[in-house]
Order: sequence, then structure tokens, then C-alpha cells
Amino acid sequence: MKSFQGVGVSAGIAIGPVQVLHTANEAVIRRVVEDPQAEVERFRAAQTTAIQQLGVIRDSTAAKLGEGKAELFDTHRLMLRDPEYVSSIEDLIMSSSVNAEFAVNSTMEQFAAMFEAMDNSYMQARASDIRDVSQRVIDILGNRDGNDSTVQGSGHIVAAEDLAPSETVQLDRSAVLGFVTEQGSSNSHTAILARTMGLPVVIGVHKGFESSDTGEMMVVDGSTGTVIIDPDDATLQQYREKQSGFEEHVRLLQKLKGQATRTSTGQTVRLYANIGRPSDVTAVLANDGEGIGLFRSEFLYLESADFPTEEYQFEAYREVAQKMGDRLVVIRTLDIGADKQADYFGLEHEDNPALGYRAIRICLTQPEIFKVQLRALLRASAYGNIAVMFPMITSVSEVREAKGILSQVKSELRAAHVRFNEDIAVGIMIETPASVIMADELAAEVDFFSIGTNDLTQYTLACDRQNPNLGRFADPHSPAVLRMIDMTVKAAHDHGIWCGICGELGADVALTDTFLDMGIDELSVSPKSILPLREAIRKR
Amino acid sequence: MAKTFNFTVTDPAGIHARPAGQLVSKAQEYESAVTLNASDRSVDAKGILSVMGLGAQQGDVIEVSVSGSDEEAAAAALQQFFKESM
Repeated sequence: MKSFQGVGVSAGIAIGPVQVLHTANEAVIRRVVEDPQAEVERFRAAQTTAIQQLGVIRDSTAAKLGEGKAELFDTHRLMLRDPEYVSSIEDLIMSSSVNAEFAVNSTMEQFAAMFEAMDNSYMQARASDIRDVSQRVIDILGNRDGNDSTVQGSGHIVAAEDLAPSETVQLDRSAVLGFVTEQGSSNSHTAILARTMGLPVVIGVHKGFESSDTGEMMVVDGSTGTVIIDPDDATLQQYREKQSGFEEHVRLLQKLKGQATRTSTGQTVRLYANIGRPSDVTAVLANDGEGIGLFRSEFLYLESADFPTEEYQFEAYREVAQKMGDRLVVIRTLDIGADKQADYFGLEHEDNPALGYRAIRICLTQPEIFKVQLRALLRASAYGNIAVMFPMITSVSEVREAKGILSQVKSELRAAHVRFNEDIAVGIMIETPASVIMADELAAEVDFFSIGTNDLTQYTLACDRQNPNLGRFADPHSPAVLRMIDMTVKAAHDHGIWCGICGELGADVALTDTFLDMGIDELSVSPKSILPLREAIRKR
Repeated sequence: MAKTFNFTVTDPAGIHARPAGQLVSKAQEYESAVTLNASDRSVDAKGILSVMGLGAQQGDVIEVSVSGSDEEAAAAALQQFFKESM
């Protein structure tokens, strides 16, 4: 029995014999050809075949996984037709009288190097796309059909040095139990496709897979990233139990879709999701999120090289609002500073950034930045059910000032005859002890509270959340934190507004009963925590 | 006389695979040569590798230059494409 650790990128457990795919691409040998023109023709024929094959893969992917996933193969086909790529190959064959395989291989390396040199991880990852399509042409030239990675037969685990997206989608889903690769990143198309296919996957396993490994028994744990070859009986038994537990749980959780989040005594809680970018909405809907309790708008700022424009922000907010339909989408305004930095803000270095110039403090000091976001947000409010939430509040005057800026933006939009929701709900994050103490007065100012338990724990217990040595002191289960939450809920209810939790603690099922007893109205958690939490609430 | 117009890259990832592919397909519909001019270099808009390899970043202004027998129609169609899709 041998155990290897990789990175689990798609949860679940697979147990079965392993099938190793093309352990190493055969080295491409340089040969001199006598008739370069005929060699060019041979390349063109292979290119045509490859484009046809990709067309077939494209259509079957569209049928199996949807148009969105199939577009990748349109890009691949365009790559094979790229004029520079083609002329580089043909020129090399003509000028040096080399074989087509060698010309394709060296052109592939040249373009892959170009992508790898780009200073953007998305573009760097495209090097694997050019390698994928070029390898197909080389395989066809060598009279391999280019599709030899389609493994037939019943249940097995696929292991490979790396799997190209075209290979991943060609895996026979009824026969493949999961897969393991030595390389790959969780960002790769392959990992994304695997998650869509719902197969357990572990990448980055540091073991050279040999053809001789084929047929060995293997266990793949896509949740922990553990891969075991030739497991002993006890281990096998242990993983079989874990596997049936996982499958049973997935099945049970699926049955909870569409069910009410209600306890046996009839208490209901709204179960919302936290998201960081518009593409996360897919996961929210797949997990039956009842709304979005926290849309962290920071990604718009952190992933940009300069302040994001109103138009760019508007598109992101509108996309989320439209996809969620009439379900609530709470957008938290800019929460930059402390551990989240963007260079163009030009923030000064601080000794104590958690207690520093961040979030609403930046917005109230530099309202020109804040107004761009509020305008985008208000415009998007015409397309769905959007609420706005201000972070890091410590006083009533901050809330009034922020609301004042919001009304200014509203009147500007009104004057310009731009549509927005006049009655947009306004809430605040409760994440400082000051806001808990003042909750009574704050509740009179807003439509809802959402408790940010990560910062509330840090500030209440005076424990830096980045400091790994404070583990046992930074206990979010501390009675001090729980009492803070209780006080906040009471103040909210005294004023007839709702109160939720959007921090990590909301997903902690050990505290679900406690929160229900406090009368919490809403819990906002990561999409994958929604169904387990609904299960815990319904068991109550 | 070539037709030219400018557009600003708005996507944080630059011009990534999908819009690049759409642009290339659109440019290929016309006979005219279509060139993307960035501050430091120019590339053929009919090749996906060159468009992606341009390494355009969010905020970069790219000049599109269309020249050939159907340049009027091509420039109009491309301008429309940039407005709607990029």
C-alpha cells in the first residue's frame, strides 16, 4: 500500500482499478524530408482531420455539458487555423526540410512559451491549450488517431501526467470513476470540467505514473486530496464506508432542494449564500440558495489594475441580480484595506491595518470612489432585488453620512432620468463591538443587520485573525462573541428589522441551535454549506 | 484609405479566449486586413494566437485598423461587435 498526497479539486471518493494514460508523449524526432512540399500537404491533411475531430468533440460537449463548455473547442479550432501558427509550421518545413511532426512541435513550444511569458495567470494557462491542439496534430501525423485517450470498459480511475480539456470531456462518464493527475492547477479548464462532470479528482500528485501501474487498485479521495495505490483490506473497507456515507449524504442533500428551511417547531430561517463574483451564482442556484446575503464587491477592485468603472461594476451587479430573479441580493460596498490591498488605492503602510483606514472609512473620506459604486449599484437595482450593505460601522453618524451620500446619488440619477429602485433596502454589517453596543440606535437607521463574525471575533477578543499563534484565544464560540450576537439580534427585533449572520460562524452546525434560540432570521454561508445547514435546521 | 477606430479593454483578464475567438471569427468574415494596434505593437486580428498574444490589459486603448475592398462594411460590423461584446 502506498499513499500520495495531492490537491483535491472535485469532492467524492473513487475506488477501482487504475488506467494510466500516455505516460509520456513520445519524443518528437527531427527528420530531414526529401519533398518538403509533400510534407506541407501531409501537415495540411492532419490539420484538417484535427479540426474535424475537434468539431465532433465540440458538438458532443455541447450536448453533454452545455454550449458554454463547448466554446473552448471553438477556440481550439481557431488556434489550428491561426495564420501565424500555420505559416510558422509551413515555413519551417519548407526552409529546413524537416518533418511535419517536428515543425508542429517546435511551433507549439514557441507559442506555449509566448503564453507562459505573459504576466497574467489566465493567459499563462493557455499554453496548455496550444499544446493540446498541437499534440492532436502530431498524433494524427504519427497515425495515432488523436482520440486514443478514450478508455473503454467498465469502472476505472484514470491517471495521467496531465489531462487536456479535450481528453477530459472524452472520458466515458459511465466508465470513469475519477481521475488523478501529476500536474494541473485548480484553475485549469480540466479541473473546472471535472467539477461540472461531478467526478472525484485529485491533481498535483507527485508520483510518476507508469503504464505498469495499470490495473492496480486505487482509492481517490477528492475531498482530502489523498490517493492510495494498492490499499490493504482495512483501508479499502474504511474508504468504502466513507464512499457510501458520502454518496448517501449527497443523495439526501439533493432531496433537500426545494424544501423549506424550517425546524420541526415551525421556526424558519432564510438560508442565503456568500459570493465573491458573478460566476458564483451558478453554485448558489445549484445548491438552492434562497438569496445572496453577502456579495463581496471587493473582487471588482482587487482584480483590477485601476479603479473599476461604473459601467463595469454595473454589469457585474446586474448580472447577479438578474440571475437571482426576485431573490434578495445583498451587495456589500467596498471593503478594502487591512488584509485586502489594491495598489492603485495608494494606501499608506499601517502598523495596525485591521484597526486602520479601511472599508467605510475609505468611502466616507473619498466619496468620489464610493459614489461610483453606489451609482452602479442603484442602476443595477432596477434589474432585480438588490439591497446595499455598509461594512465596518462603529457609529450612527457614519451610517447617516453613508445614507446621505446614497441619497445624493439617488437624486443625481433621478435628475438624469435613470431607472433604479427608490426603496432599495439599506443594511449594515455588525462587526465591531461599538456597533453591538450601539445596535439599538443603529437599528432605527437601517432595514437590516448582518453580523460579520470573523471581524467581530477579532475585535471583541482582541485577537488578530491573521496570527496563527492565537488559535486557542481567538475562539469564535467564546461566550463574549455569542453574547454580542445575541444583543444584536435583540436590538434588531426591538426595532422590527431582520438580523442575519454572514460570517464563517453561520455555517457552523455546532452553533445552529444556539442561533435558532436567539431567533436569527437569516444565515448566509458558502454555497456548498447551504444544504448541510438546511439539514441541520430541519433536524431541530 | 484604411478605416480606424479605438476601443478600451474592460475585462480584467484582458482579451481572453472567448471574446478573442469571437473577434477573430468576425474579422475572418471580411476580405479586408484587420490590424489591432497597441502602444508598442500591431497584430493581425484574424489570428487567435496573435490577438491573445497581444497581452492587452484592462484599460489599454487599442486602435483597430481595417483596410481592403470591404473596409466600410467590415469596420462598421467590427465597431458594432466591440460595442456589444467586448
